[in-house]
Parts: sequence; C-alpha cells; structure tokens
Amino acid sequence: MDKYKVSSNLAISENGFLFFPSTGDSFTLNEIGSSIVGLLKSKKSKSEIIEAIVEEYDIDENSAERDVTDFITQLINFNLAEEL
Amino acid sequence: MNIAITGLNNVDNPGPGVPVIRGIKDSPKFDGNIIGLMYDSLEPGAYLKDVTDRNYLIPYPAGGLEPFFERIKYINSKEKIDVIIPTLDAELYAFIKLESRLNQLGIKTFLPTLEHLNFRGKDKLSSYCESNDIIAPRSILINSVKDLHQIPSELSFPVAIKGIFYDAHIAHNIEEARTHFNNISSKWGLPIIAQEFIKGEEYNVVVLGDGNGGSIGTVPMKKLFITDKGKAWAGVTIKDEILLDISDKIISSLSWKGGAELEFVKEKESNKFYLLEINPRFPAWVYLAVGAGQNLPYALFELALGKEVDKFEDYEVGKIFIRYSWDLITDIKKFEQITVQGELDNG
Repeated sequence: MDKYKVSSNLAISENGFLFFPSTGDSFTLNEIGSSIVGLLKSKKSKSEIIEAIVEEYDIDENSAERDVTDFITQLINFNLAEEL
Repeated sequence: MNIAITGLNNVDNPGPGVPVIRGIKDSPKFDGNIIGLMYDSLEPGAYLKDVTDRNYLIPYPAGGLEPFFERIKYINSKEKIDVIIPTLDAELYAFIKLESRLNQLGIKTFLPTLEHLNFRGKDKLSSYCESNDIIAPRSILINSVKDLHQIPSELSFPVAIKGIFYDAHIAHNIEEARTHFNNISSKWGLPIIAQEFIKGEEYNVVVLGDGNGGSIGTVPMKKLFITDKGKAWAGVTIKDEILLDISDKIISSLSWKGGAELEFVKEKESNKFYLLEINPRFPAWVYLAVGAGQNLPYALFELALGKEVDKFEDYEVGKIFIRYSWDLITDIKKFEQITVQGELDNG
C-alpha cells in the first residue's frame, strides 16, 4: 500500500490548478499538494514522498505521513489516483 | 449561398440558431447570406446584424403544414434559399414531412428520417436503449392523472417528470408529480414521461451523424453551471473514451443524419453513464465545439450541399464556454418592420 498511480492525463499547472480531462473536474492545490501530485506522477512511493516533504518543508515525519496519507486518500476519493 | 436558419430565440432557454450561425460564419469558406426564420417578433438573433442578414416571420408548424410551406415558398421566391437548417425540436417533424417539397424548390436539408426521429423520442427512448444495450434510467409513460399512481410501484421517488418536447421537473411525491404533470401537459401535450432520477454529474455530447452510421464529429462537455431550467450556462470540453464510444454507438445504431445532442448523467456510485435524452438537433452550446476545433454547423451545411466532409479526428480538451446575456439597443422601427411586414432587413 505504498505505491499509487495518478491518472496519466491529469493536467496540473504551475499555479497548482489541476484539471482532470476525462471528468472535467478541476481543483486548486496549494504548494505542498502540487508537490505531492508531481511526485506521484513521477512514480514515487508514499514513503519517498513523505521523505521528500520532510526534507523540503519544516515538518516532522509523523505529521508529514498523516497529511500525505490524508491527501492521497482524497485523490483516490475523487478518482484521481488509485492504489497499486 | 443563402442559408435559412431557425431558433433565433435567445432567452433563458436559448435556441441553437445564433451559435449555429456563428459557426457557419466562422468558416473562411463561407460566403453568403444568413436568412433568419423566426416564430416571434422579439427573437434576438433577428436584430443582430452581425448574425442575420435578413429575417422573416414564419407561422408555427402546429398551425398546419400548408400555411407553413406556403410561407417558406414565399420567402424562397424572394431569397432563393440554398439550405435550410432547422434547430428546434418541435419544428423538426414539419421540416422532415416537407423535405421532398423543399428539395423540389431547390432548398437542400440534412435531416434525420421520421423513423429515426421517432426512435429517439422521449416516449420511446427506454425501449431503444434496452434493445441496443445502452444504460438509461427506467421510465414510464403517463397519459392521465390516473397513470401517475403507477409511479410508486414502478419507480421510486424522486422522479423526473418530463414533457414530450421540453420541460423537466423533479417530483418528490405524487402530489408534486401531479402538479408537474398538469403544468407540462397543458404546455406540451401528452404523453408525459416519468423517469427514474439518477444522481450524478451531467455530461452532454454534441454530434453530427452522416446518415450512414458514421459520426463526422463528436465533442463531449461537462456542465459547469446549470440554471434552474437545467440549462448549461457554462461548460468545459472533456475526453472520456467510454462516453465517446457510447456516443458513436448511438449514432451508428440510429444511422443518425444531422446534428444531435446526447444527454447523460454519470451515476455517482457506479461511475456509469446513463443516457437521459437524444435531442434531434444541435444544442445551444454547439459553438463550444467550434471553439474546440470541430465546426459542426459548417460541416452540416456542407453535407446538406452534398459535399464530402472529412471526419473530425480530434478536438481541444479544456475549452470552456461561459454564456452571458447582453442588452441590444435598437430602434422601434425594426420591431415595427417585423410585426407589420413580417420581415426585417439588417443591411
């Protein structure tokens, strides 16, 4: 339960505007959300993403794990990502 | 070339005439005049000189086919119409019935057959979908207040109560169903359709069928903003292969000839597309398809002329339309011209 796949045609702009072409849904992500989607798109595992977030932002590992898990769950609920 | 087009009304339930004309005029190949055919003297498209060149009032086809045909014959004697593009559901039956007589006058059309028009009728859609393996909400026909009592046993509330041509309202109980039945049947006649209510997001597809089972173009759109009449006031082009496949299947199974709008709901739990309606003409949002790279109105015009038209292979995803209303200020003399003479020259 560490690997996820985001839809290949998911488009995300530099401003964090995310558009899903097959449903027409759009979302606005903050900087960390954009980073996580970018990392998922480059096929990073959840633990690698947590590691990257801890390194990049001033946050402890437990909080990073909780927030990343919560965010990925939301992506799955919106059909934007799936567990591999 | 003179093209006559109907549906110039542009109120909160806008007709497709103006966007169809915009599409045709956008084509660099188009060189001609647009003749507006209007049922009411206040249809906005008639007053827009960038949209229509000359306009004529025509009688409602429900008043009889002969006076309707005679009026078009008169307009043709003045304008020498090359192609007529009707854009409203309620007039299609008349135009199809008159197709060969219009052709004899030298007026070309590109219309579905009467048989195909009837197949996709709201009262027959359920059986069409069943025999073609297309998912659709369950529905029953209501011909009298007494029939409303079938609803609780056949469907469960809420249900959509729909008119044969236009209008749809959600009823949460038998009393509301009765109110909607009375309102809609007094406007549009019988039967009324009671349809299972499917919860989910609405997707519409504009298509142009070549009449031989092929689609010349297909553009799906997700509604982003919906008015209280259920009309899309903003939408975005999307690409979903399943939706495109279902749309092609419908056009192929009907050998649909002409423009159409397919209305779907993507059911929230199953993510399956339910076909709600097949509207037998271009929708009022057809200009979004033009903006996304498929000039379907101009393609239909060329098909009517008997030209070979290549299938559109792609369109731009993520194109948005946002509809707005706009007050045109003009002189009462124009209104006078239309009401007294039944004609308006925008030259």
